[in-house]
Amino acid sequence: MLVAEPALRWMIAGEWRQHPGRIAVAAFAIAVGVALGFAVHLVNGSALASFGQAIRTVNGAADLQIKAASALGMEEALYGRVAMAAGVADASPVITLKAQSANGEAIPVLGLDVIRAANVTPTTVGKSASGPGTGASDPFATDALFLSRAALAATGARVGDSIAITANGRTQTMVVRGTLPAVADTQRLGVVDIAAAQMLFGRLGRIDRIDLKLAEGGDPGAVRAALARLLPADAILSDGDDQAAQSDALSRAYRVNLDMLALVALLTGSFLVYATQSLSVARRLQAFALLRTLGMQKRGIIALVATEGALAGLAGSVIGLLLGYGMAAGALALLGGDLGGGYFGDAPPPLIFAPGAALAFFALGMAAAIGGSVLPALQGARAAPAVALKNAGDALDPRARPGIRVPLVLAALGIGAAMMPAAARLPLFGYLAIALLLAAGIAAMPAIARLLLTPLALRPSGAFSFDLAVQHLRGTPGAAASALSGIVASTALMIAMAIMVTSFRGAVDEWLGDILSGDLYLRTDPGSGGFDPAAQGTLARVNGVERIVFSRTVPLVLAADQPPMQLIARPVMPAMEGMTLIGKAATVPRGAIPVWLSEPAARILGRSTGDSVRLPFGHGERFVVAGVWRDYARQQGAIAIESRDYERMSGDLTRDSAMIVLAPGARADSVSRALIAASPPALQGRVQAAQPAVLRRFALKLFDRSFAITYLLEAVAIIVGLAGVAATTSAQALARTREFGMLRHIGVSKRQIVAMLGSEGGLLGLVGSIAGVLLGIAISQVLIHVVNPQSFNWTMSTRFPLGLMASVIGALTLAASLTAMLAGRRALSVDAVRAVRADW
Amino acid sequence: MTSLSPMPAPDARLHIAALSKSVPGGRVLFSGLALDVAPGELVAIMGESGSGKSTLLNLIAGLDRPDSGDVVVAGTRLGGLDERGLTDLRRARIGFVFQAFHILPYLTLRRNVALPLAIGKTGAAEALTRADAMLEQVGLGARGDDYARDLSGGEMQRVAIARALIHGPALILADEPTGNLDPESAELVLALFAQATRERGAAGVLVTHSAAAAAIADRTLMLTPSGLVPAHG
Repeated sequence: MLVAEPALRWMIAGEWRQHPGRIAVAAFAIAVGVALGFAVHLVNGSALASFGQAIRTVNGAADLQIKAASALGMEEALYGRVAMAAGVADASPVITLKAQSANGEAIPVLGLDVIRAANVTPTTVGKSASGPGTGASDPFATDALFLSRAALAATGARVGDSIAITANGRTQTMVVRGTLPAVADTQRLGVVDIAAAQMLFGRLGRIDRIDLKLAEGGDPGAVRAALARLLPADAILSDGDDQAAQSDALSRAYRVNLDMLALVALLTGSFLVYATQSLSVARRLQAFALLRTLGMQKRGIIALVATEGALAGLAGSVIGLLLGYGMAAGALALLGGDLGGGYFGDAPPPLIFAPGAALAFFALGMAAAIGGSVLPALQGARAAPAVALKNAGDALDPRARPGIRVPLVLAALGIGAAMMPAAARLPLFGYLAIALLLAAGIAAMPAIARLLLTPLALRPSGAFSFDLAVQHLRGTPGAAASALSGIVASTALMIAMAIMVTSFRGAVDEWLGDILSGDLYLRTDPGSGGFDPAAQGTLARVNGVERIVFSRTVPLVLAADQPPMQLIARPVMPAMEGMTLIGKAATVPRGAIPVWLSEPAARILGRSTGDSVRLPFGHGERFVVAGVWRDYARQQGAIAIESRDYERMSGDLTRDSAMIVLAPGARADSVSRALIAASPPALQGRVQAAQPAVLRRFALKLFDRSFAITYLLEAVAIIVGLAGVAATTSAQALARTREFGMLRHIGVSKRQIVAMLGSEGGLLGLVGSIAGVLLGIAISQVLIHVVNPQSFNWTMSTRFPLGLMASVIGALTLAASLTAMLAGRRALSVDAVRAVRADW
Repeated sequence: MTSLSPMPAPDARLHIAALSKSVPGGRVLFSGLALDVAPGELVAIMGESGSGKSTLLNLIAGLDRPDSGDVVVAGTRLGGLDERGLTDLRRARIGFVFQAFHILPYLTLRRNVALPLAIGKTGAAEALTRADAMLEQVGLGARGDDYARDLSGGEMQRVAIARALIHGPALILADEPTGNLDPESAELVLALFAQATRERGAAGVLVTHSAAAAAIADRTLMLTPSGLVPAHG
């Protein structure tokens, strides 16, 4: 038992028996917060674990890797130099291919030197099948292919079968010679001989990766330093930690944002606990005064209220964890491992229970419940017993001005926190600013309630019930503020999220309108090789095509622990079609190569127009930022470069996408069919054509999908807020049965009292939602101008969802009014004479 | 009515010397007030509304601080105690009876009576056994499992007296204990209060507006700005 004194146990048990609904609301609020937080965490954790396993499988278990910075690969001569480097025990060259089977299934294929790989990355080495019909006579044959169990299942092939594999724009027939027993059951992977991969799939003289095994007892730091000196500009060093960090960084900001949203629900729950506990303390002030008079110390009262909060937290946290696990399982099945964010493809990963996270969310739930109880507990302990025993009403003098110093200080700290830069690439100070602004808003509620209600109080309407309601709320700002805290917190957070999402969606929609300037768009699947110059010529001559602009997108790894940026080779100047510059363009000095950074790339690299930038591409050329363009599509950043510069530096003439302007009178659908038909045979089935309207619709659908979870969290915040209104108005009405009895004695009808309570509830809802909307607008500015740029590296201007804001105010006012009337009817069922006579 | 068995109340004496108190506006309620109440003695204090009767009780109970002067309860000088010490003193040595009863509606009568013991180190079982005995003594022996809503005003005040006595206080304070009662109930409650004070050898202070209530006291004093003076008539 948390409290030793029998009196405390009796008081807690008595309160729970008398007001189980109040405890249930507090526990519910905590349960919702814990459930959301735990569910989001479990889903993210499961997805990352699954994604990480996929990465590890493809990478084998090398001590260290040298990777090509782009899909163009590195010169294979590097392998010889690296293998001879001091501290390197063995090295295994690798070709990586994004291959596709004849039935359209994506299979990552590695080209390996089996002898070297057996020593460096043994998990990637195939096992030859033996026996009649397996074709196992020559595992090193050019056409030998080894498949993992998942790849065999995906292709429908068996050992010994011949299957067609398309990669890098070429289709080759391979024979399945065996399996990859060390690869996980769920992981698709194929392995071929490296020489065969280079020859068959157009990668002669190039490799994508060198896996390294370091000499035992060597100094890894020294080996890294020695290797770094050997590397050309288009290669980078990477180890297991880098790869983990890279996959973590891919979706980190999105995950942290979801975690924060879930914590916001928990914070709202904490406010609700605060509201219910404040009212409970106010109602029991005389009981606490009696206990103090009878000899209970202040800490006894604090322990009593805090224990009540802790018990609600205990129930809420346990229920929340169970609920969260169920929600995570459902969310994985419905929205996938990225909760709609679009970071991880493929099938939903299996749900992995995380005991550490369960403990952490349990502790957070307890902290939220106890935290929400501490202030009311202090308030209960501080009350002077002699005064409280005589006074059943609000101890605050109705004439006293509610203080604004604390809210002003909190607001100032919040604004200060909003000005701080990102910490560990996350907007941690932005979230702190939101919490501080929220606390400032809640702390200012007595003053705001007084401010908004004073004009009504000074000019009575003549309607008895309404005027009495106004006087009551204005005279008891403390009670009004307690009732309002939950509704203000949830409204503010919901409005802030809604403004941010509306602004974001509006900005994306406008941007799509700007960039989709062509009549038709053509794209090949990643890894399919793209259109060679001959194919480009064929496509340009298709009937109905007036102009076709080809581009090439290559992932470019700038840092081993960061996800790759996209290098986009396309004609940029002078028209800059489909690009909207932010700020002015710069003239690039003679001899430098101009590049145009997307807004996220500029923020990640810390570069602006006119700056020089180092890129792992080319042969030591100097790149200068000629401009920064708006891009909401590639969160990890994109770099545009003139096609001619790209071709000169890389020698790569292939293109993987194109924008088409139709000839006058040409029909988009017939031209798109003709373009697909004119594509090379190896690309059949891997080329898509789309019109701008379809692309726009698709992009917005993706956007809405990725924000689906935030809509859910918003809805939960509002439900929690409404539950708070219901709990607080109901508790207040019940606490005022004696007042109602007196009013009934002096001739006020039940109907008038219900109307008075309805007016009070409506006024509370109105004041709370107006304050919540104003606070929400302030918080939205932190989301838009601090959290979004620091999380996702893109900026936008504010757009207000005016209809939603008006609806929220209307709905909350109505709901609060109805709830208060319902609570009033219940309170009025107490006999009037008894209510006046009773002490409590 | 059952006789209230006396319980030892060592040093059960109240001593007040040169006590002064003014209200926040500056008005002096009283100054130089002195009072001695012997063990087993019951003193009634009367006075006009606003004269400071309840304030005087609060000062005696350590719920308020005087501007100057001393209050000594059962040998302990209140001025030398901090808030924790005062709270401990109330728990151990003082019993209270209020005009508004203050019976907690969500506790049984047995638990209401046992509260002063249950706040301290006494185990729940022992506290409840003693509460049953106290309820028996105030004539409510069969009502231990009832709640306040089941009682009349007089019965509630008898429960309050049982609660005030359960821990054997040296000082019993009553603030208008009959203010909410009909004459018949008031007479019963006053008799019980007087009997409890005298039989237990505790010092008793009764603040009241009612001359009838004051009549049961050994002495009746009037509270005036210059202190306590004997009441006439």
